Amino acid sequence: MTSIPTFPARPAGTNQPAPPPLLLHALRESALAALVMLGLSIPILLFRTDQSAGQQLMLTPRIGLVATMCAIIFAVRFVVCLYVARRQSQRAARQAAGVSAPQSKLAHYVVSVGVPLFLGIAVTYPLISSMLAGGLNGARYWIDLGILILTYVMLGWGLNIVVGLAGLLDLGYVAFYAVGAYTYALLSTTYGLSFWICLPLAGVLAAFWGILLGFPVLRLRGDYLAIVTLAFGEIIRLVLINWVELTNGGAGISSIPRATFFGVPFERGENGFAAMFGLQFSAMHRIVFLYYLILVLALITNAVTMRLRRLPVGRAWEALREDEIACRSLGINTRNTKLTAFSIGAGFGGLAGAFFAVRQGFVSPESFNFLESAIILSVVVLGGMGSQFGVAIAAVVMVGGPEMLRHLAFTKAIFGPEFDPNEYRLLIFGLAMVVMMVWRPRGLISHRNPSIALKERKAISGSLVKEGHG
Amino acid sequence: MEVFAQQLINGLTLGSIYGLIAIGYTMVFGIIGMVNFAHGDVFMVSAFIAMIFFLLLTTWLGIASIALALLLVLVLAMLMTALWGWTLERLAYRPLRGSFRLAPMISAIGVAIFLANFVQVSQGARNKAVPPIVTDVIVLFERNGYAVALSYKQIIIMSVTAVLLTAFWFVVTRTSLGRAQRACEQDRKMAALLGIDVDRTISLTFVLGAALAAVAGTMFFLYYGVVGFTDGFIPGVKAFTAAVLGGIGSLPGAVLGGLIIGLVETFWSAYFSIEYKDVAAFSILAIVLIFMPSGILGRPEVEKV
Repeated sequence: MTSIPTFPARPAGTNQPAPPPLLLHALRESALAALVMLGLSIPILLFRTDQSAGQQLMLTPRIGLVATMCAIIFAVRFVVCLYVARRQSQRAARQAAGVSAPQSKLAHYVVSVGVPLFLGIAVTYPLISSMLAGGLNGARYWIDLGILILTYVMLGWGLNIVVGLAGLLDLGYVAFYAVGAYTYALLSTTYGLSFWICLPLAGVLAAFWGILLGFPVLRLRGDYLAIVTLAFGEIIRLVLINWVELTNGGAGISSIPRATFFGVPFERGENGFAAMFGLQFSAMHRIVFLYYLILVLALITNAVTMRLRRLPVGRAWEALREDEIACRSLGINTRNTKLTAFSIGAGFGGLAGAFFAVRQGFVSPESFNFLESAIILSVVVLGGMGSQFGVAIAAVVMVGGPEMLRHLAFTKAIFGPEFDPNEYRLLIFGLAMVVMMVWRPRGLISHRNPSIALKERKAISGSLVKEGHG
Repeated sequence: MEVFAQQLINGLTLGSIYGLIAIGYTMVFGIIGMVNFAHGDVFMVSAFIAMIFFLLLTTWLGIASIALALLLVLVLAMLMTALWGWTLERLAYRPLRGSFRLAPMISAIGVAIFLANFVQVSQGARNKAVPPIVTDVIVLFERNGYAVALSYKQIIIMSVTAVLLTAFWFVVTRTSLGRAQRACEQDRKMAALLGIDVDRTISLTFVLGAALAAVAGTMFFLYYGVVGFTDGFIPGVKAFTAAVLGGIGSLPGAVLGGLIIGLVETFWSAYFSIEYKDVAAFSILAIVLIFMPSGILGRPEVEKV
């Protein structure tokens, strides 16, 4: 934001209205912001290009839209200006009075209460949603959304091992997701292997790819590491598109066998799941089963990560994140440490990929583009790197939040019938990433719990640790 | 031989576009050590701006002279895109300066997603095509029925690139802005102590980078005649590859890298397979970063403990 002049704290006891320069300043700033908005929108918002019947591009001016946008920007900037000035004068007043800012215990509180609450909601979610939606069939959409969110929770936790614990910035995580998905898709459609055999295989293969792609990048750090992993992710996607004989190219692989209840298929008839347990057949059984499957997979990811953090290898990861050179001087084998982080993180990505394939029944390279990697990484970073609970919250916010846009039917009443709020999903997603970074660059839960302590465990602020240089 | 000469011309044209984008990456990385992920999308936005101005000037204002229209489009696109660059730096990157290292990168990814979808929402998801603008070609020589042609478009692209790079080179080496910029690149704290407005210099770096991206965007629009909202990512990554290949932080390196990447891409498409041309670019990126991270003209990074 622009630099805001500091205002001297008013002496206590005087009950004067806000000094006029503040309002004037805010007005000037807002006018400037609106002017910039006008400049930005001149060609690209003011004129819409449309292909006419004769394949000629036609320009349609939209003066009303530009005026509305400028007004919105003016209002937003005005409110932000006043808010920031108030915060500053409060802080100044507090400093003048010699009172330090109240210590926030909120984050600690959120974690200790939030984790059991979150877990409880996750376990009973199909029950709650079917009660709210009036029946299991009505809750299909909500349970599907739950599955989607949990998939991202699992991917976030998997990537958290690489980025949050070992401090290796990976922008190509989606490659391992793809390896897992294609492993199940190919093995099941060509050799007829069942999901329960393919699931561990997908994890192992993805872990193997993690080592394979991890080897060349051992020497790289920070941004360069991110770019190379991005390149690897894109190469794998492009190979999936172009190697048509194996992967059927951009058309993808369809009719992948559905999940079974440990061998018992979810179908109508004698041998089906419903008949075996004496239930009325319902297509929702499979969906609920998938929900619990991904919940268990995600919780396994979490449990393994939490245990690994206490093992020597986990401590080596965190040490590596803080300072690689110190690590090396202390005799930690950085090569093996990095490779284990890559492969274990990739393995969980592969498991999630196999789950994705069995849930969709269809895989195509378009599901594994860079945007997917960016979403997973943003879930990890916005959650607060290394914080398992923060990642879960961030997944709910970042994946569930945009999905809620589908339900904003009232916007149609405001903006006209052809307005589709869903079009703005990714626009708002990108904007949210920027706003969250500016607001809380260290993520939602930024304090850290030391994995080992001498006498008492003290959570320390995230800004005190160095991470992110690896 | 004929195919080779033709591909050489095509590759140099493509390479000059990549080189112009690469300068934006290399300058920003040099001065604040950040990979500006959104730069490819700034390029895409500028191509849209150029297209809209072109339509505006030729169909609404009825400017008959294509040369005049293109010149105006170039200037206007540079101005407008520079404003975009300035705004993005101000809103998305400046508040994060001094924050931990991942934050600006995540913010830049957010900006990239935002820009692509902003264009999609405001202009529609379909690719926009205009009829070919300059169609004349010069046949250089003809042998065995294969004519090696140099089109006017290619001449325009290469000469505009050359002129603007010279102007840019002059700005960086001969003006006080360029001096301030080089000083900030070497040591930001020291530069600030000596009275250089670091924030302003960084702002101007983004403005310059965006303006050069706008030149690339206008040339891209002129060359292909088609723009789409997804056109930012792949050219962006290739231009970044060019910047790394030339040695990140080095301005001549960025242009050299751009030309090499353009040549590799066209020759690869002509002689091997066109499907894998992007794989080739990504592989060069990975190989260069792994085996020679300081690039061709860059200085090796000395790690101090």
